[in-house]
Amino acid sequence: MDTFIQQILNGLVLGSMYALVALGYTMVYGVLNLINFAHGDVLMIGAMIGLSILNLLGVYAPDLPGYVQLGIAIIGAIPACMLVNILIERVAYRRLRNAPRLAPLITAIGVSYLLQTFAMMIWGRNPLPFPQLLPSDPIMVGGAVITVTQVLLLVLAAVSMFGLVMLVERTRMGRAMRAVAENPRVAGLMGVDSNKIIVATFAIGAALAAVAGVMWGANYASIQFAMGFMPGLKAFCAAVLGGIGNIYGAMIGGIVLGIIEALGAGYIGELTGGFLGSHYQDIFAFIVLILVLTVRPSGIMGERVADRA
Amino acid sequence: MSEQVILNIEGVNKRFGGLQALTDVRIKINKGQIYGLIGPNGAGKTTFFNVITGLYQPDTGTFELAGKPYSPSAPHAVAKAGIARTFQNIRLFGEMTALENVMVGRHVRSHQGVFGAIFRHKAAREEEAAIRTRAQELLDFVGIGQFASRTSKYLSYGDQRRLEIARALATDPQLLALDEPAAGMNATEKLALRELLVKIKNEGKTVLLIEHDVKLMMGLCDRISVLEYGKLIAEGLPAEIQSNKAVIEAYLGGAH
Amino acid sequence: MLTFDIQKNPKQAYISMALLLAALIIFPFAAAPFGNSWVRIADLALLYIMLAVGLNIVVGFAGLLDLGYIAFYAVGAYMTGLLASPQFATVLESLINMNPAVGEALAAVLGEDIRTNGIHLSVWVIVPLAAALAGLFGALLGAPTLKLRGDYLAIVTLGFGEIIRIFMNNLNDPVNITNGPQGINLIDPIRVFGVNLAGEQGSRATVFIGSFSMPSVNAYYFLFLVLTIATVFITSRLQHSRLGRAWVAIREDEIAAKAMGINTRNVKLLAFSMGATFGGVAGAMFASFQGFVSPESFSLTESIAVLAMVVLGGIGHIPGVVLGGALLAALPEILRHVVEPLQMKLFGKVLIESEVLRQLLYGLAMVVIMLTRPAGLWPSPKHEERPDADSDSKGQSTGVMAA
Repeated sequence: MDTFIQQILNGLVLGSMYALVALGYTMVYGVLNLINFAHGDVLMIGAMIGLSILNLLGVYAPDLPGYVQLGIAIIGAIPACMLVNILIERVAYRRLRNAPRLAPLITAIGVSYLLQTFAMMIWGRNPLPFPQLLPSDPIMVGGAVITVTQVLLLVLAAVSMFGLVMLVERTRMGRAMRAVAENPRVAGLMGVDSNKIIVATFAIGAALAAVAGVMWGANYASIQFAMGFMPGLKAFCAAVLGGIGNIYGAMIGGIVLGIIEALGAGYIGELTGGFLGSHYQDIFAFIVLILVLTVRPSGIMGERVADRA
Repeated sequence: MSEQVILNIEGVNKRFGGLQALTDVRIKINKGQIYGLIGPNGAGKTTFFNVITGLYQPDTGTFELAGKPYSPSAPHAVAKAGIARTFQNIRLFGEMTALENVMVGRHVRSHQGVFGAIFRHKAAREEEAAIRTRAQELLDFVGIGQFASRTSKYLSYGDQRRLEIARALATDPQLLALDEPAAGMNATEKLALRELLVKIKNEGKTVLLIEHDVKLMMGLCDRISVLEYGKLIAEGLPAEIQSNKAVIEAYLGGAH
Repeated sequence: MLTFDIQKNPKQAYISMALLLAALIIFPFAAAPFGNSWVRIADLALLYIMLAVGLNIVVGFAGLLDLGYIAFYAVGAYMTGLLASPQFATVLESLINMNPAVGEALAAVLGEDIRTNGIHLSVWVIVPLAAALAGLFGALLGAPTLKLRGDYLAIVTLGFGEIIRIFMNNLNDPVNITNGPQGINLIDPIRVFGVNLAGEQGSRATVFIGSFSMPSVNAYYFLFLVLTIATVFITSRLQHSRLGRAWVAIREDEIAAKAMGINTRNVKLLAFSMGATFGGVAGAMFASFQGFVSPESFSLTESIAVLAMVVLGGIGHIPGVVLGGALLAALPEILRHVVEPLQMKLFGKVLIESEVLRQLLYGLAMVVIMLTRPAGLWPSPKHEERPDADSDSKGQSTGVMAA
């Protein structure tokens, strides 16, 4: 039972990060019918920029409390990631809005590749240690263990998602985003500049990924130029699981996928009689994806994709 | 005049969520006829087409082609059974030439596979030559023979429609089902289309036709069915249809 | 002008092909004074070209974006690793450890020789077997994707590619099938007609045919050249056939293809299968050439590399794909031999390593090509295009005149 609670906790932590990244995928797919393949690498950029900021702080302001330093890192990573994502949209995707489906997907893959290459050039090829700034004594919850960093992660994720929901449901821009997500042409007729909204969508998604990226680094204590690929892919699976284009779906899908993966990794040994071990953890996301697409393609909460006919 | 029934369909119902798209629709077409299906927009004509040709699954209905029951479960099975169709918004294989488009139409009546493709033994070569010859014949038949090697997306609108018909004919259908073949055409083009359809009829083919141009239909069809809101409201000779009260109301009715 | 379009211009096409063939045959001898490395690069490039031409069937002809194609390369390579090396002895040993009853029974059936030395099948068995196994996997991995639209198909195939890699990386416990991250070593080199292409022991990688000798890399070069030519030939035949037209029909408009009687499910599965067979054969060759296989050679990066070759060269156009494969496979290696020394000379140190350069090239290739020349560097020659204004006149175009 202890293992079970521990895995659930692990799953929540993992799932929160997936949720943050899944939101970026789902929002972009909702307005453009495009998988922003490079989104996982935006997570990586967030982590890298965060790391660079922390390293600077470590030199010039080492006495600042850990929370504050992390906070500054996040605040610094957000605009950087927004800029990257906006640039990608502007340079790589905008021209291909009406191209046959293969084209933007291939471009996206190329962009992902380039981001990783630039990161490799700037930050090097090897894994980099991420400073552990928060107290590392574990907190007991039931029979399981959680760290302060993980608690912060959960809090930040919840706050971010809450903020996003408020933005989408309560503000003018949020309304415009929902309109463009449903029918860009009609939204245009109502005076909404869909280009601006699309840029905003990319920016917001990037901000969430930045938060996830910095906290990923804080949680796992090590980052590397290729770190964004797998989480990005899994976050996309989470978005599909929840219902592509649906932001509540992305949140739920992320958490659910995180839990499935944690439980799976924890119990797969028993499930397969010792044949498969926990290093098979990564395949759960793909299995979930294949199952969802075969059995219930619209996902848990139903998809919401733009009517681009 | 043959009295053989080519298409006999009864009791078709189709519901999409809350919308009853088709209610108890039936149709009976004799061999060699040009049969028209008309009705106001949204009446369910294309839906019925899609059901007959296997694109949609009906809730109920019996389907018989040339006396044999057929199951409209999948479009390719329907084509194999003998119904070929064209589409309201022309669906050509744009990057292929006109000839290649029609050659694809022969797919269902030929069978060379991987082995034949790689080894090109005698039977394979002969089949390929036969496909090519027949495709050219059909292009000539519909009047665009000289455009055989033109990439089909660059053909003029009228020629694309002809190509689609040629491609459908290539499947050697018992029934040719045309979904608004005259859409977007001017008077001269419609006249040419009419001539082509008569030519097809004279070859002994049976044609089912959806169209909006009532004048064209009246002059062309042997029998006509009228749909409104998914229900059959009239069926008979063109003259009967023209003077049918329900039909007139459906088209002009109310505030129109 | 160099052209390979047999349909349009047969005489010139055959001349071009003959010229190219001559150049390809002379190449290893011309490169000899510069050392073996150039031919070695060409060997690997030929393998990549085989992969690209195979992937072209799936992506180019049928329009199915397969991002996990490297899985079939892995299947062919690992199968060769199991059936042409001492590895199977290890498999048996670990099986016996895990389940002595089953293990001993199997060992008894297979015999003492296999128990000690593993399985060592000849290349004549390995190649068709690799093709068949890969083809089977092609159908298996393609089956769940049949109803998916473009993006989802891409991600699912990517997932499959990753799943295969993860399995290759971890199938070493409890039964050691793939030897995990270390991979399988001591894979037999290829023996054709009694000639060992890696050269006999002590010959310093020189192959002797009669009185004629050549370095091992040259021997492999000619073998791979033959295989590549066969690959190009077969896919070209497939392209211009009833099946090839069915593939393109599905790519252009799947609904219309169905309406014309094409069983799209089977035809798509055929695309996956046929594409996979070439991947499998290339994989088998790779394993024998390199002598070892490990999971690193079969990552997503490789799938994307092959895709980039197809895209850069000209999706759907075989000569273009060959060009793309040659460029992207050879260029980074060539750059490495040129750029790093150049940087040393100019800057005194290497600013951009060739690995980084390679990745930059691939990424840029995909982005720039899609933005500027989406049909690729060498796309299919256009058929007759839009007619001039006067030939579009009604009288000529409809052909059926009012009486």
